[in-house]
Amino acid sequence: MDNIDGRLQTEDSQTVPAAPRAKSRAWLKKLGDFWTLGILVIILAVFGILQPSFLSVSNWFNTTTYMTETLLLAIGETYVIITAGIDLSVGAVEGLAGIVAALVMVALEPHGATFAMIGGTLAGMLTGVLFGLLNGLVITAMKVTPFIVTLGTMGIATGLTFILSGGTDVVNLPNQLSNIGNATVLGVFSFPTFVTVLCLIAAGIMLYQTRFGRYVYAIGSNAEAARRAGIPVNRNLIKVYTLSGAIAALSGILLLTRFATGSPLTGTNDELNAIAAVVIGGTSLFGGRGTIVGTLIGAAIISVLITGLVILSVQPYWQTVAIGVIIIIAVWIDQFRHRMA
Amino acid sequence: MEPVLQAKGIQKYYGSVCAIEHIDFEIYPGEVVALLGDNGAGKSTFIKILSGVVKQNHGQILIDGKPVQFASPMEARRFGVETVYQDLALAPDLDVTANIFLGREILRGGLLGRLGFLDKREMRGQVAGRLDQLKVSIKSVAQIVSELSGGQRQAVSIVRAASWGRKLVIMDEPTAALGVEESAKVLDLIKQVKARGIPVLLVTHTLPYAFDVADRIVVLRLGRSVADLRADETDTNEVVQWITGSKTVDRIAELQGHRG
Repeated sequence: MDNIDGRLQTEDSQTVPAAPRAKSRAWLKKLGDFWTLGILVIILAVFGILQPSFLSVSNWFNTTTYMTETLLLAIGETYVIITAGIDLSVGAVEGLAGIVAALVMVALEPHGATFAMIGGTLAGMLTGVLFGLLNGLVITAMKVTPFIVTLGTMGIATGLTFILSGGTDVVNLPNQLSNIGNATVLGVFSFPTFVTVLCLIAAGIMLYQTRFGRYVYAIGSNAEAARRAGIPVNRNLIKVYTLSGAIAALSGILLLTRFATGSPLTGTNDELNAIAAVVIGGTSLFGGRGTIVGTLIGAAIISVLITGLVILSVQPYWQTVAIGVIIIIAVWIDQFRHRMA
Repeated sequence: MEPVLQAKGIQKYYGSVCAIEHIDFEIYPGEVVALLGDNGAGKSTFIKILSGVVKQNHGQILIDGKPVQFASPMEARRFGVETVYQDLALAPDLDVTANIFLGREILRGGLLGRLGFLDKREMRGQVAGRLDQLKVSIKSVAQIVSELSGGQRQAVSIVRAASWGRKLVIMDEPTAALGVEESAKVLDLIKQVKARGIPVLLVTHTLPYAFDVADRIVVLRLGRSVADLRADETDTNEVVQWITGSKTVDRIAELQGHRG
């Protein structure tokens, strides 16, 4: 019973500093919700002042289309990171799926362009799904950490991309492909942007409104609690990684429609931008927290920054420097918030 | 009256180590039973068996008089046995409602439901009702669990268990991480759960808490159930003697053996 006395003491020492801590916590929470949007506005304003053409319609198309590359990967990555995992393979899978789709299209073209494009798209998507499935299965069944597994599949996918393409661009794709890729939808979106917006909305609704989305958060927040609550944790993790692989493949195929060429270099380092977008968007690397809207803002910041630097004719090598700095700051803020919570 | 849950001659070995030698236990509708015992007495192993986490080597568990086997914690829960774990099995980033319905989400009707859409409003309404019934004061059913105090979190765990535990709610040291004031609230909550007719098996180290809420006190010692006492017919002294082994069944038997 002497432990009652012990508890009394700990009780006292815990309650005293609670009030000021709660205050700063609430303040940090507000900051966490809005600081990224504020930064986006500031970046837009700075570029707009330095170079007024930055805010032009044509640059809207450029920026949003460029953004789809990062954003699509980042959507899948958001799910993965909310489960407290990471998917380093998205960029490589994007590239591989693009090459597979391109090779199948070239092979099928004699049977008709439409048939070739559909066949290539399916083959590309299948590639992404298989890689995602592989990631998920190895992570859950073999209990290897996501970082290592996806680092491995990143290498595998990159290697296969070069093996299949022979290290050169895949050309002679159906002409209609670039018609689709460069079409304008609803007057304001390029075709890749439009597809990305649809994915964004679907992913957001699925995350906030469905049981699957709820389980994604639960697993990232406390996997053991999820397991004890009877949630099939492994099956849901496999779904998440498969989704990430599929969406990476979609991104690779959309790139194909834009350039009508399959480049083996596609997707290189894209996972960095995607992870940066997710983390800037407030999704916690510790899992359990994150939003699709945040990821949208994160991807917008990165894309605006990069296209802005291009417009200002800054040497392109500075782009990755800028992203690197942003990643570190965003993760630092994430850790800070996590400690406060 | 028939016991709602009964355990007969439970025995559990881990390899050659005997964790439980022989436990008999029963609990009746609307009863709170405190399970007491020193470290290593077999309390943890016993509740793990009751909640389906481990399987006994010998002995039988009966629910409403019918023998049951729990192959997993999920199965125990399907039979209406819920456990409040010591380490708070809550998802801190989810809100109160999401935690109480974790793994048992209510879906919307029609096509949306088949697509897995949650009926958040229905769940929030039900949780608000349950918090009300059990007199738990939490600002909002949409509050994130990590923003709650330790006592409030424990209350969420207990409300969750009481919501689904038709037959038995097991609580493993629910006050272990709490201060005195919050512990008192948890004890009040246990009384509320009891008032709703749900049997509670409370594992605790704190004797006054046991006497405060329990109808009956069962003492384990060295893997055996050694005493089954009505809380109003015993006192701290006697219970401590049973726990420490200065009062034992064996010794009485021994003495009788010597005499005979």
